[in-house]
Amino acid sequence: MTEIILRAVFAENLILSLFLGMCTFLAVSNRMETALGLGIAVIVVQGISVPLNHLIHAYLLVEGAWAWAGLPKVDLSYLKLISFIGVIAAMVQILEMVLDRYSPRLYRALGIFLPLVTVNCAILGGSLFMVERRYDFADSVAYGIGSGLGWALAITAMAAIRARLKYSDIPDGLQGLGAAFMITGLMSLGFAAFAGLAAP
Amino acid sequence: MKRTLGTLTHPVIGDNPITVQILGICSALAVTTSLATALVMCAALTAVLTVSCGLISTLRHQMPQSIRLIVQITIIASLVIVVDEILKAYAFEISKRLSVFVGLIITNCIVLGRAEAFAMRNPVGASLLDGLGNGIGYSLILIVIGTIRELLGAGTLLGYSVLATVAEGGWFTPLKLMLLAPSAFFLLGFLVWAVRSWRRDQVEQPEFRIRRPAAGGRP
Amino acid sequence: MAGPDPMSWWQRFRALPKDSTPKTLAFALAVALGAAIVVSIATVTLRPLQKVNLERERQARIVAMVSRAIGGTGTLTAYMVDLETGRLARDMDPVTFDAEAAAKNPETSIAIPQAADIAGLGRRAKHAAVFVRFEGEKPALLVLPVYGQGYQSTLWGYLALKGDGNTVAGLSFYKQGETPGLGARIMEPAWQALWPGKRLADETGTLRVQVTKGSAKGPHEVDGITGATRTNNGVTSLLRFWLGDFGFGPFLKRLKSGEIRP
Repeated sequence: MTEIILRAVFAENLILSLFLGMCTFLAVSNRMETALGLGIAVIVVQGISVPLNHLIHAYLLVEGAWAWAGLPKVDLSYLKLISFIGVIAAMVQILEMVLDRYSPRLYRALGIFLPLVTVNCAILGGSLFMVERRYDFADSVAYGIGSGLGWALAITAMAAIRARLKYSDIPDGLQGLGAAFMITGLMSLGFAAFAGLAAP
Repeated sequence: MKRTLGTLTHPVIGDNPITVQILGICSALAVTTSLATALVMCAALTAVLTVSCGLISTLRHQMPQSIRLIVQITIIASLVIVVDEILKAYAFEISKRLSVFVGLIITNCIVLGRAEAFAMRNPVGASLLDGLGNGIGYSLILIVIGTIRELLGAGTLLGYSVLATVAEGGWFTPLKLMLLAPSAFFLLGFLVWAVRSWRRDQVEQPEFRIRRPAAGGRP
Repeated sequence: MAGPDPMSWWQRFRALPKDSTPKTLAFALAVALGAAIVVSIATVTLRPLQKVNLERERQARIVAMVSRAIGGTGTLTAYMVDLETGRLARDMDPVTFDAEAAAKNPETSIAIPQAADIAGLGRRAKHAAVFVRFEGEKPALLVLPVYGQGYQSTLWGYLALKGDGNTVAGLSFYKQGETPGLGARIMEPAWQALWPGKRLADETGTLRVQVTKGSAKGPHEVDGITGATRTNNGVTSLLRFWLGDFGFGPFLKRLKSGEIRP
């Protein structure tokens, strides 16, 4: 399990190696507080949705999942895209309501970012990779938390760097988006060095 | 007529989804290691974008406010599933290389972004054109990056050898970095820089400017 | 007004504001139904084509492996084998068979008795998908899936046998997680090239195939990889298991007696 987490955070970082969740990453990494807030939201949503989607996939969608009802040949795996996104959207909605009820301060701090998490490709991507790599439940939990952690790590690091860059003098054409891509490219190069990382 | 042409051509460079609207970046980087996968992705995204904008625009007057977002996602997801199944049936090799990224068209910000920003407020014809235009703009970026990455990373284009590599007895040593993640970021950064140097109206204003003392004045 | 009028009910429904609950529910249902119909039609019509693609891909992989080992191809047909009886299970479809899943499912697998489980598998599926090339009525080439415990990972491969069921045409491993530079060298063509022509069992039928620690002597032995003793032993064990009574032994017996036909 530690190997899955380590790999998900470093060697196969969702943003820096697999390019998932770029849009919100670029848009939100301007300020540290917002980046941190979004990072935490992603960890929570990913950590819950990947195992949940695993259960749904394994017990409702795969071929043979309906064998107990006398329908062993039914294979609903083609519905996984829509059921995953439905689960994620519903989960984010529920999380919003729960936070609003039990921790209004945290809810206000996260603000707009919780709904933004629904359409973050990293969340859906995490579930899809979980299916492709055939993780079981324990692995799914590890992968969910690990990949969320990796995403949060990348975005907070990016925000920290961009905060420094606010005072720099770069060519006009590179201002903003161009610089963000260059920085992300360099971070990605750095993280590529982790490719050989393995748990002891 | 000019207006409709404008709806189609504006998103290609003037309002390009990737370089200006900052949407749809994920797939632009991930699938461009080879031109073939990039082309298939372009086709898939443009198809989903155009049809979904058209459908959502058709339903825009009937759509209840409370379920707006989930209805849009449902329509987009269904279209993506259909495209995914078609790819698995007719272009199996490429669909395996694209793996999860076809499914990720659902969360591709361009699709949802244009649906919300344009299709919900405009008639069907204009929405279809807008979807198509954004798809073309997206495809343009993908094709440029895909060409560069495949050419410099493997010496081939669409699988056909263009620059004879050393392994084949030629002169070209492929830049393996082109096939890795960081190169896509750099290339996109350079591309954005190039476009914004040409179209100066797209340059972003910096948040702070250091106050430089006048020449000869006290620091 | 003459009696209940369905048209006025419909008109009242249409007059509701679009954000009202009944209309919202009706809209949601309509969209769900529309999406379901479109997706189902697409999936059901395209499924046969996709199956063909999957089978073609699997075949291509096997053919590539076999042709690398022994040269030449010809058509390999997939069959399901009932491992216990050694007969072909013609009612099962090899295209949809998932060996890994079948081995884990208690209904489609059996537990291997401790003493016989030399490859460290625990359970094995009741059936296996094999590939046979027939020349006329006689089998000319067999490709059998074999797997077993190596040093630190499971080794997955295909064993190609000539029509006598005893002479190796090739051995190819396609998935393993052994030590790179040592055990992982079982994937190298140079090592795999040592296998063609080796015989698995001697004249009495006793399994003699072995990957040796030193250099190989005789037609039953193959040079082991230096420094990868446990991997070498893993290969020996998995071959002996799958050629034994709990593996393809019954199938090969029937093959030698000429009972296996196209």
